[in-house]
Amino acid sequence: MAENKRILVCAGTGCASSGAHKIIDVLQEEIVRQGIQDSVSVVPTGCHGFCEQGPTLIIEPQQTLYTQVKSEDIPEIVAQDLMEGKLVERLLYIDPLTQKPATTFANSNFFAKQVRFVLKNCGFIDPEKIQDYVDNDGYKGLANALKMSPDEVVEEVKKAGLRGRGGAGFPTGLKWGFCRNSPGNKKYVICNADEGDPGAFMDRGVLEGDPHSVIEGMLIGAYAIGADEGYVYCRAEYPLAIKHMEIAIAQAEEAGYLGDNIMNSGFNFRLRIRAGAGAFVCGEETALMASIEGRRGMPNVRPPFPAQSGLWGKPTNINNVETWSSVPHILKNGADWYTQYGTEKSKGTKIFALTGKINNTGLVEVPMGTTLRDILFDIGGGIQNGKAFKAVQIGGPSGGCLPDSMLDLQVDYDTLTKAGAMVGSGGLVVMDETTCMVDIARFFLDFSQKESCGKCTPCREGNKRMWDILDRITKGEGKLEDLDTLENLALVIKETSLCGLGQNSPNPVLATLKYFRDEFEAHILDHKCPAHVCTALLTYSIDEEKCKGCGLCAKNCPVGCITGEKKEPHKIDASACIKCGSCLEKCKFDAVIRL
Amino acid sequence: MEWFTLTIDGREVCVPKGTTVLEACRMNDIPIPTLCHDPELTSAGACRLCIVQIEGMRNLPPSCVTQVTQGMVVQTQNPKVREARKTILELLVANHPLDCMTCQKMGDCSLAQYAYDYGVTGERYQGEARDLPIDSANPFIIKDPNKCIACGKCIRACDEIQGRSVLDFSFRGFDVQVGPAFNLPYNESDCVFCGSCVSVCPVGALTEKKMQGKGRRWEMEKVTTTCPYCGTGCSLDLNVKNGKVVGITSTDGDVNGSALCVKGRFGYGFIHHPDRLKTPLIRKDGKLVEASWTEAINLVAEKLSAVKENFGSDAIGVLSSARCTNEENYLMNKLTRAVFGTNNIDHCARL
Repeated sequence: MAENKRILVCAGTGCASSGAHKIIDVLQEEIVRQGIQDSVSVVPTGCHGFCEQGPTLIIEPQQTLYTQVKSEDIPEIVAQDLMEGKLVERLLYIDPLTQKPATTFANSNFFAKQVRFVLKNCGFIDPEKIQDYVDNDGYKGLANALKMSPDEVVEEVKKAGLRGRGGAGFPTGLKWGFCRNSPGNKKYVICNADEGDPGAFMDRGVLEGDPHSVIEGMLIGAYAIGADEGYVYCRAEYPLAIKHMEIAIAQAEEAGYLGDNIMNSGFNFRLRIRAGAGAFVCGEETALMASIEGRRGMPNVRPPFPAQSGLWGKPTNINNVETWSSVPHILKNGADWYTQYGTEKSKGTKIFALTGKINNTGLVEVPMGTTLRDILFDIGGGIQNGKAFKAVQIGGPSGGCLPDSMLDLQVDYDTLTKAGAMVGSGGLVVMDETTCMVDIARFFLDFSQKESCGKCTPCREGNKRMWDILDRITKGEGKLEDLDTLENLALVIKETSLCGLGQNSPNPVLATLKYFRDEFEAHILDHKCPAHVCTALLTYSIDEEKCKGCGLCAKNCPVGCITGEKKEPHKIDASACIKCGSCLEKCKFDAVIRL
Repeated sequence: MEWFTLTIDGREVCVPKGTTVLEACRMNDIPIPTLCHDPELTSAGACRLCIVQIEGMRNLPPSCVTQVTQGMVVQTQNPKVREARKTILELLVANHPLDCMTCQKMGDCSLAQYAYDYGVTGERYQGEARDLPIDSANPFIIKDPNKCIACGKCIRACDEIQGRSVLDFSFRGFDVQVGPAFNLPYNESDCVFCGSCVSVCPVGALTEKKMQGKGRRWEMEKVTTTCPYCGTGCSLDLNVKNGKVVGITSTDGDVNGSALCVKGRFGYGFIHHPDRLKTPLIRKDGKLVEASWTEAINLVAEKLSAVKENFGSDAIGVLSSARCTNEENYLMNKLTRAVFGTNNIDHCARL
């Protein structure tokens, strides 16, 4: 044991739920048992981003990446890797496309093709220790900012071309400038950590894994704007993020990064956390502020914009977690450094959350302008179980489903909006050939209509009626004219709704209608669900030629609708069949036909 | 004052800075349908029926919360705007009972009026409709949540007119409801039954209980008068059918706007009550007997004069009533000081 080693164990929400804490305990015990506790340290970190392969651990300095680790694997890792310096090969990540093992995290395709600076610390520092952050150039951006005038800081962020990562992509520097120039002595900054899109968890990753980067970003923003108070509005469903943020705020106060006369600059700033109460719409900035003020989280009409009259009527600047977390890097390395990443109008990097039928579920950070194909196939490792790619839902319930013909699109704000989707918060939900696009449209609309605040008529009533129509189509009760009704209603909802939720909620329907109209027509005209998802449209029968009469289907049928003599072809009573599919699953002779 | 010139439906109009597009239209007799707007309340921009098309602005902005700018070009009636309004009305009607024939609000319902104006059929959207219990546990207000269009006017009236904030939204999306906290019935809440919520409700969701079945809007004559309950001088409308007061509704009073209190709005039962005193009564041989006004006034004058003569002016004391008008109270004061010759006068509102 010549060298010191650090074992970075992912203890983010995903890995924690699959046993990371037990792994940490066993690791610590085993290290003591082997007497190597002086040279090996175990660091519980935030999310490594490689959620599909969790729990993951990285051993430094070699940067060996072990995946899907169980507590039973620990003695072997300690004995073989830590003591003898030999790789535990069976725990290495095997690239699903090349079938080759990756010996280090850096040479796995998943990490190698990313550009991680917002996620730089996530998974590599202990988020509960401010010193870890400071040792990794933490608070240097703030130190630089405090040497500049507030106007210069605003200009630097403008020059960097940073755009809001919460979804709308509004230029951050411009927004700061509005708030800075708004008259008033009392101003607020807010971090929108009410991440709620299905399949999006990048903000959680940053808050859990690198909370000080958010605090530093908010400090820089507050200094630039002239605010002395801030709030982090975090959804209550993120207890670990809230815990790490609370610890980070306390440590930053103690270290003098929060409070009065920060770094002897005369700048004062205090930060508080408010936990949301479970409403998706509170991610909308006016609803979010209403919620902080203790009112029902419902959006209000703009103008006045928060920069003029925000929290408690004071000028307020709201940015989301990823935006705030990007700011220290700009102030630390300069706008010119930042603008080397991205496209002409979308600068820097963006974190995407890969979920759905993709091999490498997780968090990835890539420069703006990377193609969907690169993200999904090179980094994401392609589709699970070798199935065919069908669509990717980008931008959550406000975004749209894009088909394979759009895979070479560059991911940036303007390109995606033009294609009928949006960058949104950065959720990428991947669908394969077994996904029904009508069902998916219904799913996202179900989400939006349930999360509508109910204030404006088109969103409250219109989304419900769109859902009603989609529901009828999935049950084979649709009419061809329903498609026109859907499109007309979608356009009215988009054009007349009060806030972003309603203005974007029909997007998944419009996009699926645009790219997958044939599937809608199959449901309506042929009463068939091409992906075999919509149960009301399925029929199960048994191929008499193939059936051996083994009886396995009948044994497993939960409603007893399959009958037949032993060694004779069986029959399904279609009137009693609940279309659960267990006969199809159990049949060893492919005799069950699903149409 | 700075003035802006704008074009509405091809017509050039001039309005002061700070005017909303809706106000500009109404100032110039250009009709815009609204369900959630009330000039007395802050604008919520919720019903979206007042949408218009404005050159250079994305989507269809609601005119009630969009301020006029110099040179603005507004279209209020083009096919796109009208079709969007019709869709919004169809959506509201699809989730609204079509029992207009028996609805108390018939003839006075904004939703019915606009549905008619825009040729709404009520058949375009089919599906679930609300089915919630009616709250009629209190003596004054009937709340039928199934007729509610969630315009939020009652919530703002309760907050901004009466200052009670008893009402708010609950639940989300299609399931949204309006009512007191925890969905309590009105009589278990902090409601003071001022009825401001009823007065602003554009549909039949909130109606006056005592007016049920008493008359249709077009059968009733509205007689604007001053409330007799106190000296505030609130204006109100007596709703008169066949010479009888069958209800009281808000009017736009100089003193009170649309606000009334529980007594002013709901306390009119005395008007046609059989026990109501219509002539003076004089106690004769221990029994109260009807008398003429001349007889009664003479008797009072005689007795008061006797007291003044025998015991002096200060033996008389006068207590005036809050149910008198300011003018009546002034006259009482004059009578006491100048005629009775005493300063012994007070008023029940001071107690």
